[in-house]
Amino acid sequence: MGAAEKLAEMTQEQLVQYLLRLGDNTLVLGHRVSEWCGKSPVLEEDIALANTALDLLGQTQLWLGRAADVQGEGKSADDLAFLRDVWDFRNVLLVELPNGDFGQTLMRQLLFDAYHAVLLAELVNSTDATISAIAEKASKEVAYHLERSRDTVIGLGDGTEESHNRMQAALDLLWPYVGEMFHSDAVDAAAVAAGIGPDPASLRPGFDAIVTAALAEATLVKPDSDFAHKGGRTGAMHTEHLGHMLCQMQWLQRAYPGNKW
Amino acid sequence: MTLPSTDQVWDWLHQVPDPEIPVISLTDLGIIRDVAFEGETCVVTVTPTYSGCPATSIINLDIETALRDHGLRDIELRRQLSPAWTTDWMTQEGRDKLAAYGIAPPQPAGGPDKCPHCGSHHVERLSQFGSTPCKAQWRCTDCLEPFDYFKCI
Repeated sequence: MGAAEKLAEMTQEQLVQYLLRLGDNTLVLGHRVSEWCGKSPVLEEDIALANTALDLLGQTQLWLGRAADVQGEGKSADDLAFLRDVWDFRNVLLVELPNGDFGQTLMRQLLFDAYHAVLLAELVNSTDATISAIAEKASKEVAYHLERSRDTVIGLGDGTEESHNRMQAALDLLWPYVGEMFHSDAVDAAAVAAGIGPDPASLRPGFDAIVTAALAEATLVKPDSDFAHKGGRTGAMHTEHLGHMLCQMQWLQRAYPGNKW
Repeated sequence: MTLPSTDQVWDWLHQVPDPEIPVISLTDLGIIRDVAFEGETCVVTVTPTYSGCPATSIINLDIETALRDHGLRDIELRRQLSPAWTTDWMTQEGRDKLAAYGIAPPQPAGGPDKCPHCGSHHVERLSQFGSTPCKAQWRCTDCLEPFDYFKCI
């Protein structure tokens, strides 16, 4: 696009939705991963998961903080995290699914990290300076997440018969939740037109390159079906699991409104 | 009151230790990006190490406390995300202090140069994640001691 061409602008509501999608993905996955704290198989993995959760929650502060600023209703990132109900969340369904076993958690992490890394690399070029800055910061952290989830999926996939079977079962279970990450709608189209962010569909080849290579090395078979559960990022429908997760994540602010450390 | 020079403020900030790794200072860490006076207000621009690092709010508090102790009244802290913090901004003095403390300093190669305990180059990685967001866990295969490595970012 030539510099002289004027970019379309996203409406305020579209930009808020776009930022909620980014922040809710990191918030919900960050919370899910934090559920492992203190109960991972070994200490090193416990620490790694807690660090990953911490990075994701830090990124959430930035994304939801920006969403609250654009919204302009005087809310904070915490207000958005703790005082919205299920139908206002805009995360993809993949991240709200229960952790399952350790292997399933790491398989989900690989699928999300691969998408996240490819997405952030594009968002660095956003015309919105704040989005670009957050993406630049987050992509450095996500490089470490992806390195670890990839190595762990390979280790467990190409491991014992038991670990291999569990990883294949995790992949079969989670694969139908991959498609939603690359599904485009009107909000995405507006983001593309405004130079705010990429078309999700355009991220698929980069994701496939990472995941296909990792799964091959892990001796795992990628399912054939392209069927995709969706509805999370548009807010049309979440799984039953998100409400249960929010009960735990939000209870303190719901029971003691405005309580602070 | 007479305002101190920005060099003086930098010098004060050089005395403020990192709350998690107190052997190095905030300026050693490279997270203080700018010091300037806007009118009477001392504006300190700080960049976070990792976006979720719990030390960030303590660091801001420590900066404010230190500058107040030196008599500054109007202080403003600004968060700057871009350019994102990199371990390349850590000073040589900071790297030397880390090594002396038993934490292997960041290396361009992506892993520690040598064991901070016995100096052996035979080291192996246990995990890319460690006791704080900025560290990884490594082990020396000669002296068998585990150690922290300040990872590159």
